Amino acid sequence: MSIELNRLHAYVDGTLTGAERESYETFLKEDPEEAALARSYAEHRTQLQHHYDGVLSEPIPVRMYLRRPRWMDLARAAILVAVGIGVGLALPMLRNEQHAPLAMVVSLPERAARAHLVYASEVRHPVEVEAKEQEHLVRWLSKRLGTQLKVPVLSPEGFELLGGRLLPGPEGPVAQFMYQDASGKRLTLYVNARSKTEGPTAFRFAREGTVSVFYWIDGQWGYALSGDIDKPALGRVANIVYRQLNP
Amino acid sequence: MDYELILPYIPNLRRYARALVGDRHAADDLVQDTLERAVRKFHLWKPGDLRAWLFSIMHNVFVNQLKARKIRPEVEADETLADRVPTAGRTDILDLERALTLLAPEQREVVLLVGLEEMTYAEVAKALGIPVGTVMSRLSRGRERLRKLVDGGPSRTNPNLRVVQ
Repeated sequence: MSIELNRLHAYVDGTLTGAERESYETFLKEDPEEAALARSYAEHRTQLQHHYDGVLSEPIPVRMYLRRPRWMDLARAAILVAVGIGVGLALPMLRNEQHAPLAMVVSLPERAARAHLVYASEVRHPVEVEAKEQEHLVRWLSKRLGTQLKVPVLSPEGFELLGGRLLPGPEGPVAQFMYQDASGKRLTLYVNARSKTEGPTAFRFAREGTVSVFYWIDGQWGYALSGDIDKPALGRVANIVYRQLNP
Repeated sequence: MDYELILPYIPNLRRYARALVGDRHAADDLVQDTLERAVRKFHLWKPGDLRAWLFSIMHNVFVNQLKARKIRPEVEADETLADRVPTAGRTDILDLERALTLLAPEQREVVLLVGLEEMTYAEVAKALGIPVGTVMSRLSRGRERLRKLVDGGPSRTNPNLRVVQ
């Protein structure tokens, strides 16, 4: 393997040191043929990235999540049946909301984004119950939503739980958990019970103003993760949330 | 626990797989097989470069898929098939995606791990289990062939580039 050729590729891949690059660029001025080669390689490298980078932010298909052992599916089905019975019992209470005029029905990501905008910008009272009372927070919201809620741990992604609050939703109470990273950026996870059971759906993405939202529906639950961070980063966190809620 | 560690790499694995095999469904199959294998073999991972480890698993799965389909070239692609022009006298210019499919799989892997995944040559060597020298020669042949296919230009003739130090 020629050293010259290694230098050409290292140049294209940006791994030469400053001094090496300068001397190589001087060399290229004298050798238009190799300069054209370097330009072409670099161009194709950039084109490849442009062509395929979109895949990074595509929603990850649900089928790609690892197949769980069969007993876990059965256990999950049993829980869904139990939840279904619970919903059946709770339905009469939800009936009124179901007849709300259509114009008032606001989509899940829109509601989540609005709730995010209102509370994530709060400096002093972003949450009703702080993370230091996490046990109480989870017990309280679980009771109000009528299910055992789990609070995803997002510290590996740099987000710590701030706390949570209870919100009204068109189909009943909604839990909102808020997270914050070291730079003060906040994410909110919006969990609401739905009157219809469907899904699990793939992740969907919506942008409401400056707020990015990844949302999905799993059985009776609608989830939306909102934040003012870039789409790939939010998508990564959304995947982690999904996995933790579906171990 | 293991899955949480692997998760952040899924988008990168998918991007690479899409470029490597072209077809969207085949690519996602490759990713899924890779993930399942990674979780099964997770106890074998020695804490270190998880990304290189995952890409090396994908490489193994990919090679096995090629073998199963019996489309792997019998001869070392670096030496022969790679330099063969797909159709004699062909002058039309191909788009990059189609041109990629015409590269020998070995070259495609290296071109993509370097150009798309932005791995260092040493990381590519580790992921593919080959010496760095082989990485360089596959990269060089792969890029040159892509250039010929896409730009339709003549072969590189600069004799200086062939000099082995």
